[in-house]
Amino acid sequence: MELSIKYFGILAEITGLQEEKLKIKDQKIGELIDLIINKYPGLKGRKFQIAQNKKIVDNEEPVNGAEIALLPPFSGG
Amino acid sequence: MKRYSRHIALNEIGIKGQNKISNAKVLVIGAGGLGCPSLQYLAAAGIGTLGIVDFDEVEESNLQRQVLYGKSSLGINKAIAAKKRLQDLNDSIRINAYPFKLTSSNALELFKVYDIIVDGTDNFQSRYLICDASIISNRPVVFGSIYKFEGQVSVFNYQNGPTYRCLFPKHPSPEDSLNCSDIGVLGVLPGIVGSVQANEVLKIILEFKEVLSGKLYCYNAKTYASQTISITKNVQVFSQVKEMPLKEIQIQICPNKNNEISIEEAIQKENSLFLDVRELNEKPSLPIHNYQRIPLNKVAKNLDKINPKKEIIVFCQSGIRSKYAVQILRENNFNKTYNLSEGAISLLKQLKKTEK
Repeated sequence: MELSIKYFGILAEITGLQEEKLKIKDQKIGELIDLIINKYPGLKGRKFQIAQNKKIVDNEEPVNGAEIALLPPFSGG
Repeated sequence: MKRYSRHIALNEIGIKGQNKISNAKVLVIGAGGLGCPSLQYLAAAGIGTLGIVDFDEVEESNLQRQVLYGKSSLGINKAIAAKKRLQDLNDSIRINAYPFKLTSSNALELFKVYDIIVDGTDNFQSRYLICDASIISNRPVVFGSIYKFEGQVSVFNYQNGPTYRCLFPKHPSPEDSLNCSDIGVLGVLPGIVGSVQANEVLKIILEFKEVLSGKLYCYNAKTYASQTISITKNVQVFSQVKEMPLKEIQIQICPNKNNEISIEEAIQKENSLFLDVRELNEKPSLPIHNYQRIPLNKVAKNLDKINPKKEIIVFCQSGIRSKYAVQILRENNFNKTYNLSEGAISLLKQLKKTEK
């Protein structure tokens, strides 16, 4: 299936992208994240939350959405 | 009520709504980039009691975005300077300035007095402290945070909704914790995000249905792209926080507490080196003889320039960069390295006092 991956904050800086399309086979969110980290090793160790179709999900859930967002916490104020 | 005639003219507010605003008590933590715009609109709206917590003093580099201050506020505590400006904007409201740091010892006492908490802080430690204290004292938190051109806003702990820890359960590492003075920020961005926070405060007070609870609003000032993400409540988080005294939770969050050193202790050390990890242009400069300056991002590359036989006391402006530098040094076997988290301004003050 084709996914749109969105990167926020420092993650967008590390990947150099705000958004990209990815074609993947059926898998879990955790596997997808491993795949993304493999592609962008700079993401390793970074803290972020994952949203699938605008809803926070955990690693065990299957990828079934069209849009995945990677959201790091911001501390600035 | 002439002052509020434009509010009263709205069907959704009216005299009844304006009275609710006048009876509300709101505590704004951090009177910086986010706190300034937020406070400005809350004071103008006529929030009956406004509390302002900030330990920091106004610096010239704040004026690019912290719109409550001018040249005449330089060097003055932010809570006090903000109160002065806001009382001129609206003298019919009560403003309490708290010119000190929010800590696990004073948070619950302060939260008790207010109905709504606004998080305008600039570091994770304070954000988790606010999160936990709000769970214990059952207060809603209007959260805002920024990174360069992006902002996040949510209302946590509102009517049984999720909290910050439901979104980010664990405290990030110091590497993820750089604040605006470390990395820069577009001045208008906190203006937008802080105003969104003030808007949420008013929606809570006016009991609007569409409060940003259970949702994270993400905004990008460059592209105007925005997203609203749903957050679900993690019940376990609430029971864990409620089980422990606030101090215990905070110590667990910051396991490196032992590496902290107070200014008094630091000054008394004999074989010490004061390592300043601020950028070269940051002020104030300090009249210390056993002093070395290496900006944080150069520390790792310049370890050979630091004398390993000395006890190293690291400081920056607010204790965050220094915390990270301490971690780097300790990982490289500088075992007698300590974080002077109170920062350069407090250190200078103490040095001047000791001279006298």
